[in-house]
Amino acid sequence: MTTSTPPVAQHPGPAAQGGSQRSAASRFWRALTKTTTGQVYLALIAILVICWAVVAIKGSNLLTIDSITDMLIRSVALGIVAAGQTLVIIGMSLDLSVAWVISLTSIVAAVVMDGSNGNIVPGILAVLAVGAAIGLANGLIITKLRVNPFIATLGVALIIQSIIESNWDGVVEGVAKGLENSLGYSEIGPLPIAVLLLAAVYLAVWFLLRYTRFGHQLYAVGGSEEVSKLSGVRTHRVLITAHVICAVCAAITGLYLASRLGAGSPLVGTDGGYDLESIAAVVLGGTYLLGGRGSVLGTLAGVFILAILDSTFNALEVNAFAKDVARGVIIIVAVAAYSFRAKGRRVRKIGAGPAATGNAPQTQTQGANA
Amino acid sequence: MSTSAAPVPEGPSGVGEGAPSALQRVFGALRAIPVVWYLTIVLWVWIAAINPLFAEPSGFLAYLKQAAPLAILAAGAFFVLASGEFDLSVGSLVTVCVVVAAAISDGDPSKTWPVIALLFVIGLIVGLINGVVTTIFRVPSFITTLAMLLILDGAVWLYTSGSPKGALADNFREIGRMGIEVPVIDQLPYSVIILVAIGAFSAWLMRRHFGRQVLAVGDNDRAAALSGINVTRVRITAFVLSALSAVIAGILLGGFAGVTAQVGQGLEFEAITAAVLGGTVLGGGRGSVINAMAGALALTALFSWLNLQGVSGAFEDAVEGVIIIAAVAVASYRLREGS
Repeated sequence: MTTSTPPVAQHPGPAAQGGSQRSAASRFWRALTKTTTGQVYLALIAILVICWAVVAIKGSNLLTIDSITDMLIRSVALGIVAAGQTLVIIGMSLDLSVAWVISLTSIVAAVVMDGSNGNIVPGILAVLAVGAAIGLANGLIITKLRVNPFIATLGVALIIQSIIESNWDGVVEGVAKGLENSLGYSEIGPLPIAVLLLAAVYLAVWFLLRYTRFGHQLYAVGGSEEVSKLSGVRTHRVLITAHVICAVCAAITGLYLASRLGAGSPLVGTDGGYDLESIAAVVLGGTYLLGGRGSVLGTLAGVFILAILDSTFNALEVNAFAKDVARGVIIIVAVAAYSFRAKGRRVRKIGAGPAATGNAPQTQTQGANA
Repeated sequence: MSTSAAPVPEGPSGVGEGAPSALQRVFGALRAIPVVWYLTIVLWVWIAAINPLFAEPSGFLAYLKQAAPLAILAAGAFFVLASGEFDLSVGSLVTVCVVVAAAISDGDPSKTWPVIALLFVIGLIVGLINGVVTTIFRVPSFITTLAMLLILDGAVWLYTSGSPKGALADNFREIGRMGIEVPVIDQLPYSVIILVAIGAFSAWLMRRHFGRQVLAVGDNDRAAALSGINVTRVRITAFVLSALSAVIAGILLGGFAGVTAQVGQGLEFEAITAAVLGGTVLGGGRGSVINAMAGALALTALFSWLNLQGVSGAFEDAVEGVIIIAAVAVASYRLREGS
């Protein structure tokens, strides 16, 4: 159940010597099958194989270099938002404003850059600053005013929406060509720069969660705000930081989408459904929606699963609306599968009697927001 | 803010200082009234000041008629929220009801009642699926109902290809638009009668075992299970109630909003917002269903007020956002002070 321990980290590498060879392999196997993150990756592999087979029957190939690159690129925008979303969800919060943050920052990028390559750096800084400011507002409203995160970020989303709608009503030209040619459409070796950006964001968030005080405190706050406060954690500061990082991640996605489109767009965030999609990816990645447990590497797998499904549906030329239906069903089935496995294990471990009918891990932290 | 743990109706009277003065009592009593009622009444008075028609029975009933679908949805949302879950699928269920009713009855008045029965069956099934997947398959309700939203929306689009077919029969539409002729107040809309009936039914339900069990489950489902409550059944019932409220709201909305594939869009968030505005605590365990419905009245009044102020569509969202955040902040501040 130690979802915070990603399987990759436990893999000791090929250099395991002599007698420990077997235990290294078995440890890896355990990490893969016994942790939620491991199971998510197993599910990812299973879905990949099934989708590949289905597409192969149709006579095309899901796993060409081109389509893999395409899937990775598809994953960048959602992946970066979802990384930030993972942080706030681990902290038992939520951010429903990300879609509007993405739209707003794509416009900010276009306006500040104003078509000139010389303005790329100020443009990027402006985008990050806008993201950080919105995240700060979210965090302050949630912690200091004690407004439920759902309402707080929905309210902030409404405010951003009206700022956008009262100022811009169409595509905003002006994203510098230099950004389009670098972040948007260029490659280093075989990998698009955007994919490297995605990797960098995940590495950074993974490092934050695993090796920094902030990360450990975030798990504690998500597990129980009351208890972590009593143990001396500055819970407000931790939650605000998580919200700032989350909104900055959304801002980076906004910048990336602006670089792809070559323009800012008032609807790019909501059309992509990044608010609910990112939460779906996080939960698909095995992070517990009520906080305290989860891993950002699981989220990455969740994002990949959604991208694979997308590519498969495209290859099969499935009706756009049937796609939504299928996606909904798959998300439910996947999450049900995780929680069934988790439940089986927990019952064995605790030896809980028949009384544990409720959602056992749902601890009494909800009152903290009251 | 809640029926179960109302914060000191007696007011913060000093202990041992003798009986609280009359003034203290008045303040105490005023403090015990949930914020949402102040907000609602201020908005009513303000709207009436701008538009005197609002203060007349017909004007006020027209407002109630307009608020009825959201208030009914808020009551449904309340049960789910109070039991510690979410229901994001109600908006798309409203759309399904309107679209299905139009396609099947196609303007034929004789089919109205069978169609309404069918809608209730659909609602029952959707609610049962939401509840069973959330409780027995242990998928977080946020995800279950989000997926249900995707599925229902997708189904509507598949079924209609974007432009709904058919039409609602006149007697179907009358439920949402017409009413009983009453001497003094002109016309008592059916939707207001339904609204009052559902309010009374919900309040009654909350005073029964079921209501207390909902709050207990939302407060601490482990403890509730250990004390013998069937947590699964309580939560499934809550989801079914929420889905049925969406069906009723859909029938009313079909009457005056007409048949589009967007009729229910965003209603899930509005219903949750209304419930929270009415003091329902997300995460469960606290709240009152009547206050949740009052949240919907406040929200509808807020929209009318913004309209009267000539606030443009874009700016309206910002005002809505600020007011919702402020109301919840005030409510949670009072909750802390009170406890």
